[in-house]
Parts: sequence; structure tokens; C-alpha cells
Amino acid sequence: MTTVELGMPAEGPIADAIARSLETQGEKRAELKAKDLKTDQEVRWCPGCGDYVILNAVQSFLPSLGIAREDMVIVSGIGCSSRFPYYMNTYGMHSIHGRAPAIATGLAASRPDLSVWVVTGDGDALSIGGNHLIHTLRRNVNLKILLFNNRIYGLTKGQYSPTSEVGKVTKSTPMGSLDHPFNPVSLALGADATFVGRAMDSDRKGLTEVLRQAAEHQGTALVEIYQNCNIFNDGAFDLLKDPTTGVQWSIPLVHGKPLVFGPDGASCVVRDEFGGLRIAETDQVDADDIVVHDATREDPSYAFALSRLSSQDLRYTPMGVFRSVPKPTYDKMMADQVEEARTSSPADLGALLAGGDTWTVPA
Amino acid sequence: MTTTDQSVVASTTGSPVPFVKSVVELDRVVIRLAGDSGDGMQLTGNRFTSETASFGNDLSTLPNFPAEIRAPTGTLPGVSSFQLHFADHDIMTPGDAPDVLVAMNPAALKANLSDLPGGGLLIVDADEFTPRNLAKVGYATNPLEDDSLQGWQLVNVPLTTLTLEALADSGLGKKEAERSKNMFTLGLLSWMYHRPTEGTVRFLERQFRRKPQIAAANIAAFRAGYNYGETTEAFAVSYEIKPAPMAPGRYRNISGNQALALGIVAAGQRSGLPVFLGAYPITPASDILHELSRHKSFGVRTFQAEDEIAGIASAIGASFGGALGVTTTSGPGVSLKSEALGLAVMTELPLVVVDVQRGGPSTGLPTKTEQSDLLQAMFGRNGEAPLPVVAPRSPADCFDAALEAARIALTYRTPVMLLSDGYLANGAEPWQIPDTEELPDLRVEFASEPNATTADGTPEFQPYLRDPETLARPWAIPGTSGMQHRIGGLEKADKTGNISYDPANHDLMTRLRQAKVDGIAASIGPTDVDDPDGDASVAVIGWGSTYGPIGAACRRIRRSGRSVAQIHLRHLNPFPADLGEVLRRYDRVICPEMNLGQLSMLLRAKYLVDVQSHTQVRGLPFRAAELAAVVQDVIDSTSGAPLAADPNGGAE
Ligand SMILES: Cc1ncc(C[n+]2csc(CCOP(=O)(O)OP(=O)(O)O)c2C)c(N)n1
Ligand code: SF4
Ligand SMILES: [Mg+2]
Repeated sequence: MTTVELGMPAEGPIADAIARSLETQGEKRAELKAKDLKTDQEVRWCPGCGDYVILNAVQSFLPSLGIAREDMVIVSGIGCSSRFPYYMNTYGMHSIHGRAPAIATGLAASRPDLSVWVVTGDGDALSIGGNHLIHTLRRNVNLKILLFNNRIYGLTKGQYSPTSEVGKVTKSTPMGSLDHPFNPVSLALGADATFVGRAMDSDRKGLTEVLRQAAEHQGTALVEIYQNCNIFNDGAFDLLKDPTTGVQWSIPLVHGKPLVFGPDGASCVVRDEFGGLRIAETDQVDADDIVVHDATREDPSYAFALSRLSSQDLRYTPMGVFRSVPKPTYDKMMADQVEEARTSSPADLGALLAGGDTWTVPA
Repeated sequence: MTTTDQSVVASTTGSPVPFVKSVVELDRVVIRLAGDSGDGMQLTGNRFTSETASFGNDLSTLPNFPAEIRAPTGTLPGVSSFQLHFADHDIMTPGDAPDVLVAMNPAALKANLSDLPGGGLLIVDADEFTPRNLAKVGYATNPLEDDSLQGWQLVNVPLTTLTLEALADSGLGKKEAERSKNMFTLGLLSWMYHRPTEGTVRFLERQFRRKPQIAAANIAAFRAGYNYGETTEAFAVSYEIKPAPMAPGRYRNISGNQALALGIVAAGQRSGLPVFLGAYPITPASDILHELSRHKSFGVRTFQAEDEIAGIASAIGASFGGALGVTTTSGPGVSLKSEALGLAVMTELPLVVVDVQRGGPSTGLPTKTEQSDLLQAMFGRNGEAPLPVVAPRSPADCFDAALEAARIALTYRTPVMLLSDGYLANGAEPWQIPDTEELPDLRVEFASEPNATTADGTPEFQPYLRDPETLARPWAIPGTSGMQHRIGGLEKADKTGNISYDPANHDLMTRLRQAKVDGIAASIGPTDVDDPDGDASVAVIGWGSTYGPIGAACRRIRRSGRSVAQIHLRHLNPFPADLGEVLRRYDRVICPEMNLGQLSMLLRAKYLVDVQSHTQVRGLPFRAAELAAVVQDVIDSTSGAPLAADPNGGAE
């Protein structure tokens, strides 16, 4: 069952405290049930909010990793979605707006023995925290980022967000929003993210599968989760959720499978003449020309081209894992440097303080 | 020269020189080296400092350089200088004014001449006084040739020509060979002041390990400068400054940034915790990042973040995980960190925040010094967000101040602001290397078992159940079994740490956070007052890097027969518990600061004492003589009986 390997805590007070706690609490317990991850805190999202289903999916999924709950940490920013840690019986920090990836970086880089998760929203991750997000992705620190994209600012009561479609009428944009939205997947791939996936809140199976692959990935994983805000942006993803239009407009990504979708597999993805991708009708193209999904391609431009197939109104939205490539993680390389330095010159504080030219004044 | 007991002690050096040279003994000298940014004046100054330190003089330095890496050559904005004060006795400042000015070009002369008192020794590189270079800085005629420099002892040395001659066989091109003229100058000064030379030779060999030709050329230029001094008729006198009596022990020369970085490494070692530094480069704090990045073998992780916010945020994350989190920056960076500082206050995690202050506001004067971030450190956050503030008083003291900041952070589980400044950061002085066993013991105990029980009797962990004495909350780190908890920026319920919007609880928690910081006073000892005569009615109070100039000013005052007390604060929040009482003992209290009166505002507000503020924001440390004059005026107007002026003039 254990699919995720964690490192060892640093020797010294940290390892000692963990050992002491095990003396009184007994062995680490890795066989968890969903209910073991629930807290006594009353969940305060609006009834019907997509955040509930994501919470349930995560609580059901995490036990499959075989990690004790004290070894999991969830760090969030600010927003409705960022209340997530309060409802998880793990360690957690509900921090400040946009900064969760940076906080998680410091934690993950100094504690290889922990499984670190970030929960963030579209405003939190892409507006105020955009800088931290792209830098975390390029560094490939071992942490998993769950980006709850409801295409709106929920907590501040409904202003448009950096993922809202152009022309969105909200309290702050009575005549329609002017700015062009980010596609979070494209952005992440542009930052050379080693793992990028997308899932739907209501699709327990699809979401769990993407989460599983993200958890197994060594390095930063960005999972965009489409999340319905039934108060300020209700139905934002109905096109993809509705059984009929959903089949028509979503492109399921399955590694090693041809990109065929739509009712009766009527549509498919082929290469266009500029090296990008385009949608075609399956019966109009050679079967050999249909692109077979390969999430492990080193060059991110294929995954990027996939992410560009969709439009602002969500037609042709690929769902699943876009990219998953191995790359050394920042925290591991940092630990290796510390180790290397230790072996080449053991720590001697007295010698360090007396470094450089010294002289002695006799008694 | 401004010395008291000049005496000719010997008339020959004993070597076969063509004419007899004399040796004059001095008790102290202030030398200023000035040149173009590209002339290597900082390196030359640092080398001369190292030679002086290893000779055993007491010393203090003042590097002064432009913000531009290479302003246009030969222009006034491109002038970089290095001032060194060294003596046969204990000194406190880099000196108000130089006794000797070395000017490598017309710009350096023009920018610095007004600081050289009449009669001072002026050494210039005559080769650089070309019509073109003179025109660049607006000299209509060559000052070396007209009589405008008559008031000083001018020595024209063709430094460039002499260096090129010395390196004729080095195989280097003219441009490259010319670069060694700073080492020629260093050689000449080393001869003039009887400095040991082996250290510099070793340094050059080490520095240019991979470029043996350059190493050899620099060493040759250095030696040629020394020999030139010995043989030329231009310099008839050399000077001897005896080693200063210092407490027995082992010493090294150290800059403030270096000392601060070593203090952080020591704090990691003495607490047993890994150190995590999250930082974004900024002058004048970057050297701390550079230094700490070299000490990975001590378990120090340095993270060059994407910005100042990520710097502090990553440090908070690491602290949550049980590391000693540190972030280093200057004023503009503190502005960016404010919101995260509030988070650290709210989550009550240990964190050391280093602000190496520079001239402000905004980008201000990046390479110059100032003390204008005190109120920002105290209050620069939303809400009631108190945090302890600690300040070092001298370059070497940055080591102890860093340990003290770490002690407070770890004991009280709070972010601590450590306020250094540009002068401390780059200035250097001898440091008695401490015995590591005698450094404070900073060990912490992480919480590892439940500290409370629920209503039904089950054991539970309450992350905000405080230590009754320190009011610190328990530090339970991820990975410890049974202690899972959530913290964050929302208001916490007392004890349980759950989210709480309860009015009474917020009032209580706000007061508890304040009480915790106030309570630190119990651990810091009484106010540090220096009043050797014991009868002073006037006190001078300061904080941070003004310690040296205030101390030197007080010495002058006392030598004139007056009494004055010097009070210097290491802790600015909280103040020592007895401070109000101490201040009320004096008829007058003067507070000199390199800002517009920030400490005096705090003192007046807190103690209702009529503190008299004396301020200056020139980007440079106070001059001791000026401060002494201010203090003397206050003393005389208080006592009503003016005494004679200081008989010893500029001596410290
Ligand atoms: C520094 C700062 N600026 C602004 C806010 C106000 N604020 C809170 S949440 C939020 C937007 C949240 O949007 P999103 O990240 O999409 O989260 P959602 O509520 O939609 O889940 C804003 C602007 C804040 N808390 N802090
Ligand atoms: S405002 Fe929207 S996102 Fe926030 S809790 Fe309510 S439904 Fe969910
Ligand atoms: Mg949102």
C-alpha cells in the first residue's frame, strides 16, 4: 500500500521529540480511515460548495498513501479554499494570502520526512501569490499544490479572479471584466513544472487518480481542481459536468492512449502544421495521425499545446495528467549539499570562529 | 599630526639606505584611502586593516563606497574610500577626520580634501592628474602645480609609473600591470607604518591561486612599494604605533556582517537546531547570506528566495518544522515582510529577522548607514503586533547580539528583530574569539506529549497553553505523534488555538501577546550605565552603532573634568525594567540618533522624561568631536559653570 517514501528527520532535537512522542503514543499508525483525518472543527463552507466534495475525496484518498497523519502537513493561503487545513487532522498552517508555496518550501526543504501539501485558490495562487507559485514550480521542491479554481474570489464575496473569463460581470466589474485570464495549467507548464494535472471536484474517481499520481511524483505537483462556487459563480463548470456536453467538450488524458473523445469518440487530437495540436474529426483522419498521450515527455511543449486546446468557455478541456517527468528535487539536492559539506569538513564551531588570521595577546 | 606625545625615538632603520630616516612614535593615526571604484580601495583598506589587526593595534574602520558598481571612471560619484583608525590604546570610532589622505586621482582628492585638517599628510598619485582627469571633476588648473594645496603636507608620488616600472618584467600588459598600483600603495603604507607584510603576501597567493602570474605581479608591486618607501627621499619619516594593551586571549579582525553570520551559526550549534535562512539579496545585508551559505557543514540551509516575502515565509515554514528560522534584509525588505511578520507574531513561532539598516526612505542611500527603521521594527505591522527588538553596538558585538536574538526567539517563541546598520555591517574591529563552551546554552525542548485533557478526560494537545513564567506556547513540530494541530493568522482561542471571533478572547489574546513580549524584560538585566565618576547629572543615551561615537565623545567630556553618564541600550523592546527610573536620575538626558528622533520619541512616550533629541542623517556615523560639543554645551548650561575646553583635543 505504501506508495510514497518519506525521508528521515534530522538527528538531534527533532528526531528526539518524534521518538519521545512515539514512546507515549505507541507506534506510528499508517493504516488510516477517512474518519481519522477529520477534526472536531465545524466545516464552514456554504452548503453545496464544491470544497466539501474535494475535502471528502482527499480524506478518502490520503489513507491509501500509507503515511501517518502526524507526518502530513497542509499549508494554505487565504480564501474559502484555504480553510481546508482546519478540517484535516494533520499538522497544518492557514497562512497569509498567496504565500503558502513559500512557507511550504521552507518546511519541505528542511524536513524530508514530511508529506507537505499546499491548498490554494485561483486568487491566492495566481494573483497575489503568482510569483511564489512559478518559482516553487521551477525549483521542484517536493510538495503537492492543490489549486481550487472556482474562477472567482469567493471569500471576498465575488469579484472576478485571474481565471475568470473576459467580460465577467461581478461586483467590481459591472460592465464586464477586461483582463485576459490565465490558464493555470499553461502557466505551470511555462514555469517548467514537472507534474501538472487537472480534475473536477465532482468526479471522485478522476480526482483521486490525479491525486494519486501527484502524491507519487517526486517534486512539485500542481493539480488544478475545478471547484464550483455555488454562491458567486454557480455552474461555472456545468459545460464539463453535464453528462451530454461533458462528453463532448472534455478530453480525458490517459497516458499511452490515443486522444479520442466526444460522443462515440467522434473527435480526436492531431498535430497541426506548426508542431502544435488541433482538434479533428476522428473519421476524417488517419488513425495513425491521432496523438497518443505521453505525459512523460521531457519537452513541456507538447503538454503546453494540450493545455492550449481549451478556450475560455471551457470547450475542449483536457482533464487528467498533462505532464509527469522525473527531475531531481530541490530539497534532496539541498540535503545532498549539506551532506557533502559535512563529509568534507566536519562542523567545528571553535575552528570556524577562529577562522582567518588570528593573533594572541599573552597573559 | 594630531597626537599628544610625538617623540623621535630612533634615527635609523639599520638597513643600508642611502640617507638617514627617522622613526616617530604616534599613539594613533587615521588614514583614509580614496580612489576610483575600480582602484581596489576597499581591498587595499581591508588588507591594511588585517595587517594592523595582526600587529595588535586596536582599530576601527569605515568603508564608504558608492551604490553603483562602477560609476564612470574618474568622476566624483565613482569615488570609493576606506578610513582606518588604529591606535596603541582602546578606541571606539573610525575617527572623525583623517590625519593622512591617499588620493589615487583628482576625483578622490576633490571629494575628500575638505575632510583633511590643515597640515595633514596628503599622498597623491601624480600620474593620474592628467588634463583629462582634471577636467572630469572641474579642476581648471592642476592642484598639484598651483598653490592650492599649500596648507597640507603634499607628497607627489608617481604611483602608476612606479608600479609599471616594478612590473616591467612581469609579462603583463600595461592595463593589467596598472591594476596593481593599489598593492604598490599598500606596500608604501606598510613601510610607513611598520606593518607586518607576510599576511598580505599569503593573502595574495591565496586570492590568485589560479592566476599565478597575477599573484606574482601583485606581490612584486607590494614589495616595490615597500622598498620605495625605504629608499625614496620623498618620505623621511616612518611611524610606529605600539600594539594596544588588550585582554589576554586570541583575536581576529571581524566585520559586523561576518560576526552576525557567525552568531547565527553559533546559535544553531548551541540550540542543536538546524538553521534555515530565507533571504533575498539586498545591500548592505547580502554578505550575511553569502557567509551563511558557506557553512552548510553546520547544518545551515540557505535559500535564496524569489523575493523578501518568500524569504521570511520560507523561514516561518522551517520554524514550524523545528528549525531556527532566520531572514536577513534591509529596510525595504522589512517593508515587504511586514505581513508575514504579523503571521509569525500570531503563530508564535521563533524567528530571527535581521534588518541591516541603510539610508531611507524607499531605495534611499543603499550603501550608507542610518538608524531610521526603529519605529518600523516596533510598529510596522497591522494590528497590535509586538515583537522584541535587539541591536548590536559594534561590529564584533553583532555576534553576541545574534545569539541574544536567537535566545529570545527560542525561549519566548516569537519573531525577534535584530537591527544592525550599514556602518556596523561593513566596519571592522578586533574580536576576542570566545570559548564556544561559554556561549549561551540555547537548547529547547519540543513538546512531545499532550498537555491537557478534554471534558471527557481524553488527553489532548493545546498549542496555545502557555508556560506560566515566559508565556511562551509549546513548540510541537510535525512528525510528533498525537500532537497534530493547526495554526494560522486568524485569531486563536486561548489555550486550544482554535479559530475564535469571541470579543473577550481577542482582548485577552492581544494582551497576552503584549505581556509575553513585555515579560522578556525579566531576562535581560538592568540598564547598562557607564558613569565612572558616579556623579553625572547629564546622561547620553543611545542604541546600536552610535555606541562608538557617543563613547568617544563621553571620554573627551570626562577628560575635560566634567562628568557624564553613557547609557546604551541593547534591548529596544522591551526596554530594561529599570530604564525609567534610571533616566529620572539625571537632570538632562540627551539622545543622539542617526534618524529624526525615533528612540527619543519612544522614551518620552513611555517614561514622560524630557529627553533631548540630537539627530543627524548624513549616511555616515556621528563625529565624536561634534557630539562632545553638543553634550558639553548641555552639561555647561546645566551646571552653570563652564570648564576649560578639552585639553587633549582629538584624542580618544
Ligand atoms: C493581503 C491580503 N489582501 C487581500 C485579502 C482579501 N482576500 C481574502 S481571500 C481573497 C481572494 C480569494 O480568492 P481565491 O484565492 O480564489 O479563494 P476562494 O475564496 O475563491 O477559494 C482576497 C482578495 C487578504 N486576506 N489579504
Ligand atoms: S463563497 Fe463560494 S467558494 Fe466560498 S464557501 Fe461559499 S460556495 Fe464555497
Ligand atoms: Mg477562487
